[in-house]
Amino acid sequence: MALKTFIEAIRDGLREEMARDENVIILGEDVGKKGGVFLATDGLWDEFGDDRVIDTPLTESQIIGTSIGAAIGGLRPIAEIQFADFIHPAFNQLVSEAARLRYRSNNGYSAPMVVRAPYGGGVHGALYHSQSVEAFYTHVPGLKVVIPSTPHDAKGLLRSCIRDDDPVLFFEHKKMYRSVRGDVPDGEYTVPLGKAQVTHPGTQVTVIAYGLMAHYALEAADRVADDGISVEVVDLRTLRPLDKETVLDSVRKTGKCLIVYEDNRFGGYGAEVAAIVAEEAFDYLDGPVTRIAGPDVPGVPYNHVLEDWFMVNPEKIEAGIRKLAAY
Amino acid sequence: MAVSERSAGSGAKNAKDARNALGADLGLSGDDLLEMYRLVALARAVDERMWILNRAGRIPFVISGQGHEGAQVGVTWALEKGKDWIAPFYRSIATCLTFGMSPRDIMTAQYATASDPSSGGRQMPGHYGSHEHNLVSVSSPVATQLLHAVGLALAARIRKTGQVALTIMGEGSSNQGDVHEGLNFAAIHKLPFIFIVENNGYAISVPLARQVAGSSVAQRAAGYGIPGVTVDGSDVLACYAAARDAVARARAGDGPTLIEAKVTRLTGHSSDDQQTKYRSEEELAADKSLDPVPKFREQLVAAGILTPEAEEKINAAIAADVHDATEYAEAQPDPHPSTAMRWVYAEDWPSESPPPWGMGEETASGSDSAPDSDAAADDAAADDAAADEAAAPIDESAR
Repeated sequence: MALKTFIEAIRDGLREEMARDENVIILGEDVGKKGGVFLATDGLWDEFGDDRVIDTPLTESQIIGTSIGAAIGGLRPIAEIQFADFIHPAFNQLVSEAARLRYRSNNGYSAPMVVRAPYGGGVHGALYHSQSVEAFYTHVPGLKVVIPSTPHDAKGLLRSCIRDDDPVLFFEHKKMYRSVRGDVPDGEYTVPLGKAQVTHPGTQVTVIAYGLMAHYALEAADRVADDGISVEVVDLRTLRPLDKETVLDSVRKTGKCLIVYEDNRFGGYGAEVAAIVAEEAFDYLDGPVTRIAGPDVPGVPYNHVLEDWFMVNPEKIEAGIRKLAAY
Repeated sequence: MAVSERSAGSGAKNAKDARNALGADLGLSGDDLLEMYRLVALARAVDERMWILNRAGRIPFVISGQGHEGAQVGVTWALEKGKDWIAPFYRSIATCLTFGMSPRDIMTAQYATASDPSSGGRQMPGHYGSHEHNLVSVSSPVATQLLHAVGLALAARIRKTGQVALTIMGEGSSNQGDVHEGLNFAAIHKLPFIFIVENNGYAISVPLARQVAGSSVAQRAAGYGIPGVTVDGSDVLACYAAARDAVARARAGDGPTLIEAKVTRLTGHSSDDQQTKYRSEEELAADKSLDPVPKFREQLVAAGILTPEAEEKINAAIAADVHDATEYAEAQPDPHPSTAMRWVYAEDWPSESPPPWGMGEETASGSDSAPDSDAAADDAAADDAAADEAAAPIDESAR
């Protein structure tokens, strides 16, 4: 067991999987000598060389499309998109190609690959270095979407993603890279895809979150505990396929459900969770299914006052919990 | 790098020289040439049958390769079957046949049967693919496949397999951004990659002058520092020669080649297109002279390779193959809705739940099942109408 930052756990996971399987390669912008703009791949180019850690031109569609072909050709590509905000040029390759390849070929082909991208705000990144893009991809059957919140889960889930036989998007909240530390076990452990985790047991309100918001939800749960409000926090970890059972079991127990996400509220990932809870746990609900989410503006503004206004934080979640608990 | 004009096996040679030399300088035997001719003619015969079946109401949609067959067989012949990779496009019938797919494989795709090896009836006709034959599954967004071939070439280089990856598309598709991104990357890394543009002069209805600045796709190769070759796409042997050189370069580690084969589109864009609306009668008549099938035939007859006996044998075999493929595909069952949620992922996920109307347990599926009431017949008619309506916009995007 060792204490690691979030980004160290990711880097360790990449390195160990590359050492384990010579078919694992990394490609992306500045991933080579520089080791990535956040240093997620720092040292890997020295260790594994030009063929396995490939600096690409500034061509996101090419990074993803080439990864699809390389995966067909027997490699296990890990594509790094420098910021999730810049993944949009690759939308067609992800949605029309990677997601559909297995289905459209009736299992003749598949694209086992991982797309890593830093997402999220609260880092003075403004409109184009702060976006949450998960909802675009959780909507698409054929893609898996993973958002870890701890160093332990980041490394264990990343291993599972690299070994998975389907395309997985792995979004890393950039604010957590160096601010979040945690124990990471020694040895080759994995965390399975499609399994949520109850990170704070409780009885009165279920809070469902992922990524940075999973941390903020825990802080909010602590804040209201003093007032006798018992909150159960569910960290989804994998957004698709969704672990419906863990979500529904919790809501059936507490009767109240608050979903927290940083992305714009309208049509965000939490809207789907809310719909599932409303449809499948209706008989157990003692209050409306509610959401605390980012405001519906086109991006996170730069000025720190405006950014603070945008960002969901423990206080805002706390307010949401108190309102729901009062029902 | 200069754009070179390629020509082989045609031109001013007299018949006697041709008999002695045809194919020999390219290392092709008489048997090779006969097999290449069989494939060109077979692709045409399968294609013509598809149109008959469409007009007879048996299959709802056809997208054709007529006019492209010579380039496709010539180019594909230069690759190693079962080893190299091709990411084809929706006109690649002759390519797929040359690389190992059978007329049955092509015809079951037209009927979208459960046994269709390309997609099990999930995709529109023309979206071929076969892992068994290293033919990457075709999609409808154009030019995306170029990057897949580049990725295959990257994998081949890293894994040191000696494979070459080739992709094919029309000149209309060649304007997409993925083409630039992929050529740039392949050229930087000198990947064993070949880009074939089958330039038939039209992107559905839009003529070359309105799609390609400077009128040459091959010239764009210079910007990437790779060879750009223009070849007469109705000249099977010239196409083979150009592709053979490109394969040699790729295998030697000298990087990608762009080959622009000038072909003609003898049919409308698809069965939903009427090309007389935007092409003149004179132009269409003139284009018939660019038909690779009679041209290759005459070349082989003049060389004394396609004898009347050989031709009779080939024609009989083709007729039998087309008949067999049609009968076979006609008799194959439709896929059942109970299979429709399979292969979204490698494994089934309990949370990916079926729709409230189930997986077809209650209602019999397929054209073989006789509707047992007027209501069922009405439903079927409504489905057909919806399918027809849906086909048009999809078709428009498949340029």
